Amino acid sequence: MAANQVPDTAAAAVPRIRVEDAHKRFGDVVALRGVSLEVQAGEVVLVIGPSGSGKSTMLRSVNRLETLTSGRIWVDRQEVTGRHTDIRLIREEVGMVFQAFNLFPHLTAAQNLVLAPSIVKHETKDRTQARAEQLLARVGLSDKADAYPEQLSGGQQQRVAIARALAMSPKVMLFDEPTSALDPEMIKEVLDVMLDLAKEGMTMMVVSHEMGFARAAADRVIFMDEGEIVETGPPSQIFESPTHERTKRFLEHIL
Amino acid sequence: MAAVDGRRGIEVSDGALIPARDDKAGFSAWRISFFGAIGLLIALPLISPKPFWDILRFIPDGVLRTFQVTVFSIVFALIIGLFTGLARISRIMVLNRIATVYVEVVRGIPLLVQLYYIYYALGNFVQVPRLTAAIIAMSICYGAYLGEIFRAGIQAIPKGQMEAALALGMSRTQALSRVILPQTFRIILPPVGNEFIALLKDSSLVSILAVADLLRRGREYAARTFEYFEAYTIVALVYLVLTLFFSKLVAIMEERLGSHHRSG
Ligand SMILES: Nc1ncnc2c1ncn2[C@@H]1O[C@H](COP(=O)(O)OP(=O)(O)O)[C@@H](O)[C@H]1O
Ligand SMILES: [Mg+2]
Repeated sequence: MAANQVPDTAAAAVPRIRVEDAHKRFGDVVALRGVSLEVQAGEVVLVIGPSGSGKSTMLRSVNRLETLTSGRIWVDRQEVTGRHTDIRLIREEVGMVFQAFNLFPHLTAAQNLVLAPSIVKHETKDRTQARAEQLLARVGLSDKADAYPEQLSGGQQQRVAIARALAMSPKVMLFDEPTSALDPEMIKEVLDVMLDLAKEGMTMMVVSHEMGFARAAADRVIFMDEGEIVETGPPSQIFESPTHERTKRFLEHIL
Repeated sequence: MAAVDGRRGIEVSDGALIPARDDKAGFSAWRISFFGAIGLLIALPLISPKPFWDILRFIPDGVLRTFQVTVFSIVFALIIGLFTGLARISRIMVLNRIATVYVEVVRGIPLLVQLYYIYYALGNFVQVPRLTAAIIAMSICYGAYLGEIFRAGIQAIPKGQMEAALALGMSRTQALSRVILPQTFRIILPPVGNEFIALLKDSSLVSILAVADLLRRGREYAARTFEYFEAYTIVALVYLVLTLFFSKLVAIMEERLGSHHRSG
């Protein structure tokens, strides 16, 4: 907690996310083999790579949905991988958006937004309710506050899921293929919300192959393959003049 | 006892009394049985009041006792079942083992034997009323079956639900009580309803402990008058009406809860 009292100038020197030599095995499968990276406050980092290259595992390690086999991760000054860390305190500050939305089906859109702030942060009902309304308006779903997830389209569900994560007022947002499960005509409405978020200065790590979003919002692109970061750079450089053969082959594949 | 069927719900192979929603044949079979049984219960005493009206007046105490055993047992069994189910998915090995052994042991012993056993085993230490012993035995037995239903129900909730809850900063306990269990209750309602009906029927076994339930009252009447056939006809019809009534109730509740939003 003391770390939060450090003045902004000093805090800016600490990356929002720091991953140091992350290794992860699932039995015989090696998902991460020595990944290191930093994400600065306000940066939008796009992670691309073939299926099974460890993108999800890397992202999920940041809020410890996966525990690393070895290596260390920090969010600001708090160590995610620390043995005595209360991971819940870090998770409050790290929002996550899943490919499958994972909205709570027994709750309305507004209730989905209210639940965590009220039981995790013990915020008052008035406050959580007001914030829920404000966030639903922000993702363009004011009229769906009382709708249950099954009454919403995929695009609407994902926008509620983003609002739900924002309801905790996180410092960082992680997106794991947020548009992969969507019908093409709904992708834009979700990307627009993400684009707004990026413009407002949210620190974001996004696993996605949406090139439009990458060019419009990403400060940096990371290309992963077989559990390693092969190459990283600004979108224009990665997409137009990749230096590695593996990156070239992958981009030819998806473009 | 219960097998999980994707994320939609749970399929139960035995005691399929609950009519499926669009099973028109099942529905009409239910109607025929239910109204047939009620019709007979009205007609028989009218046609020959001598034994049948007397029998009908003799057994209401028994119906009450049967309800008492059933309702108390299902409530306690649900509580035991919830904790057994949670223990079965627990990461705490000791809890997990205790729950698994409990389920295996209980499922391996016939209910009738358990009833005798618990009654006489308890009798070694404390003098418990027969009714209490019967309810304890039924709760322990059904708690194991319900534990399996709870376990299957919890495991039927997609993994992403727990992950989303944890990612929002909830503790595992919060995630279970606010996200997982509310969804579990919906999907286990049909199999729990089936267990309730099975328990209602199995409660007739408590008559061997001389608990004066519906079956026992029928036998008491018959023992006095030797009208065994007539007495058991009424007993059987009353059980049938009760189980069919509750199966319909469960089907209606299932339909109401089937969808997450209140339609209409
Ligand atoms: N829970 C798991 N159990 C076993 N293997 C897993 C698990 N999660 C991921 N893996 C494996 O780890 C590798 C990396 O997976 P993942 O991080 O999901 O890749 P990506 O998101 O880039 O497609 C894959 O080979 C995958 O099969
Ligand atoms: Mg993935």
